[in-house]
Amino acid sequence: MKFAPRLLAVMRKEFLQLKRDRLTFAMIVGIPVMQMLLFGYAINTDVRNLVSAVANQANSHLSRQFISELGQTQVLDLRYVVDTPQEIEALLEAGKISIGIYIPPDFDRRVIDDRRAAAHLMVDAVDPTVIGVANQLRNMPLKFDSTIAPPARAGTFEVRPYFNPERRSVVFIMPGLIGIILTLTMMLFTAVAVVREREHGNLELLINTPVSTTELMIGKVVPYIMIGIVQLALIIAVGRFLFNVPILGSILDLYLAASVFIAANLALGLFISTIVKTQFQAIQITFFILLPSILISGFVFPFEGMPRVVQYLGEILPTTHFIRITRGIMLRDTPLGDMSQELLALGVFALVAMTAATIRFSKRLD
Amino acid sequence: MNSNAELVIKARGLTKRFGNLTAVDHLDLDVPRSIIYGFLGPNGSGKTTAIRMLCGLLTPSEGSATVLGLEVPENANALKPNIGYMTQRFSLYGDLTVQENLEFIADIYSYPRHSRNARIEELIEQYDLAGQRTQFAGTMSGGQRQRLALACAVLNKPQLLLLDEPTSAVDPKSRRDFWAKLFALADAGTTILISTHYMDEAERCHRLAILDHGRKVADGSPAELQAATGMSIIEVLAKDPQAVQRELDKLPEVASITQLGMRLRVLIPDTNSDPLSLVDRVLVAMNLEASTEIVSASLEDVFVAATMEDSSVGKAA
Repeated sequence: MKFAPRLLAVMRKEFLQLKRDRLTFAMIVGIPVMQMLLFGYAINTDVRNLVSAVANQANSHLSRQFISELGQTQVLDLRYVVDTPQEIEALLEAGKISIGIYIPPDFDRRVIDDRRAAAHLMVDAVDPTVIGVANQLRNMPLKFDSTIAPPARAGTFEVRPYFNPERRSVVFIMPGLIGIILTLTMMLFTAVAVVREREHGNLELLINTPVSTTELMIGKVVPYIMIGIVQLALIIAVGRFLFNVPILGSILDLYLAASVFIAANLALGLFISTIVKTQFQAIQITFFILLPSILISGFVFPFEGMPRVVQYLGEILPTTHFIRITRGIMLRDTPLGDMSQELLALGVFALVAMTAATIRFSKRLD
Repeated sequence: MNSNAELVIKARGLTKRFGNLTAVDHLDLDVPRSIIYGFLGPNGSGKTTAIRMLCGLLTPSEGSATVLGLEVPENANALKPNIGYMTQRFSLYGDLTVQENLEFIADIYSYPRHSRNARIEELIEQYDLAGQRTQFAGTMSGGQRQRLALACAVLNKPQLLLLDEPTSAVDPKSRRDFWAKLFALADAGTTILISTHYMDEAERCHRLAILDHGRKVADGSPAELQAATGMSIIEVLAKDPQAVQRELDKLPEVASITQLGMRLRVLIPDTNSDPLSLVDRVLVAMNLEASTEIVSASLEDVFVAATMEDSSVGKAA
């Protein structure tokens, strides 16, 4: 029976090759560990520290005590203290907060009135987890000087959803999905671009011509920006006509932000392409970056619920910033100017990645 | 640049090390204008590395080189428009047609727009590619690919052509046509540096450098090299060449023996005054019917003799 020795020969050969492909070897360890860590930290159904603002117009002893109670629940991070509900709306629109607490001037009287809610919760209803938190807070018992008042029939809070009154999850998912789709396709396009030419031997010829590194790099990126724009139009059309996802803000802003985001992903792909040796490795690295882009970008799990370190990691990813922008433009009608920081982050990322790729790509072979 | 127009390539002590391996070891090179200069050497002798250093793709570990009057690798960018390079592997785009590949190369070299199409037509005709104009380069035969690669290399009318084993994937007929093109180019003033491990190709070069383990072991025209092997070459025709070889191998004087069918080519250094009788004595002792004759050196003999001086190479089997 020759089966066993031949089988062993094939197996031994596979292991030998695997051992020599260091990157694949690293991925064998890296992908499960990273996935476990990301999922473990990102999945967090008991949301904590939702960034919120409070406008206390009652300004009474009772209302101040109420606010301090709210703060102690640790569900909310009362970061902004403002004067009017309009200011809360502005913060909601800019995407700076998820929840606003408005305490009306007649708070003290409302507390003892069974028919009226004591205060208002102004909620960014785009995010289902935030709605969950709002519903949880809605019937929170009022506790004053150690006497617990039963919750009013009308509820402690009156919840006022903003931006997604029907609370449809597809509306929440779609803007983020644009980011995920573009991340995957754009990064893949350029990640294999340089390696493919290296594998086919084209590169040795190219670097012997007068073409400069900058011309080569930009020439590789620009066509794909156009393809990305077409792809974006396609996603928007499907979202609009099949799923009725609104675009409340400026579509021009959306395209502008998307162009920068696409450039950032292409530049990142190009950088990947300069560090890997084969197309297979390029695809592996792309997925290695795609995973956190899905899990810790705020796409599925709320950003605020994640540990600080994971949030910092999330801030590095272009997808995180782009999802904030698309949700702002599409669901809250936020002008791009109000999210200039996010746009700047994308621009800086694109520039750094592009520079790194250009430096890494040498016209020499040594 | 015209001040040393006589020498297109001038290298002094050019050396390249990869870790412990010295791929090119103190190479001195003088290549005059308008000739075909050959690099002859076995695989791994440093031919490709030397060519890559000369066009600025690799930084020398030691030494210096001037190509077309420009220091490399420092001025490699200024050099690029004036050199054509043909890689060992086919390096044009397999998913572009012949026409598209030529257009791409023309634009990369910023070939003047108004004369670009005329130049491409000229090349398509010269290199016999009219039938393949709209064919994807990847689906062409070895000979066709090679013609396209040469057409692309000469498109910008370079003063210097660097060809790295350009004929390793083509049949003898294509090879002959290819060399005819090279002679025409050299006649028109192009200097050509070509690496090869084929003796018949080396024989066609105007001048030749034999590389072995990164060192230049011989340099000259094929005729000069053949005249100066420092060896007597004795051809032995015998019934049992294997047995004769075994016996001759025992002589310390014999430098190398190569079997060619029923014949043996025996190389004995010139220091031996009577090599013929040395061999004859062995044959007599073996009591074998055999004839011996002193013949002139072939380029292969030159190659064997030159690469033998390396102490690590013993008698050839």
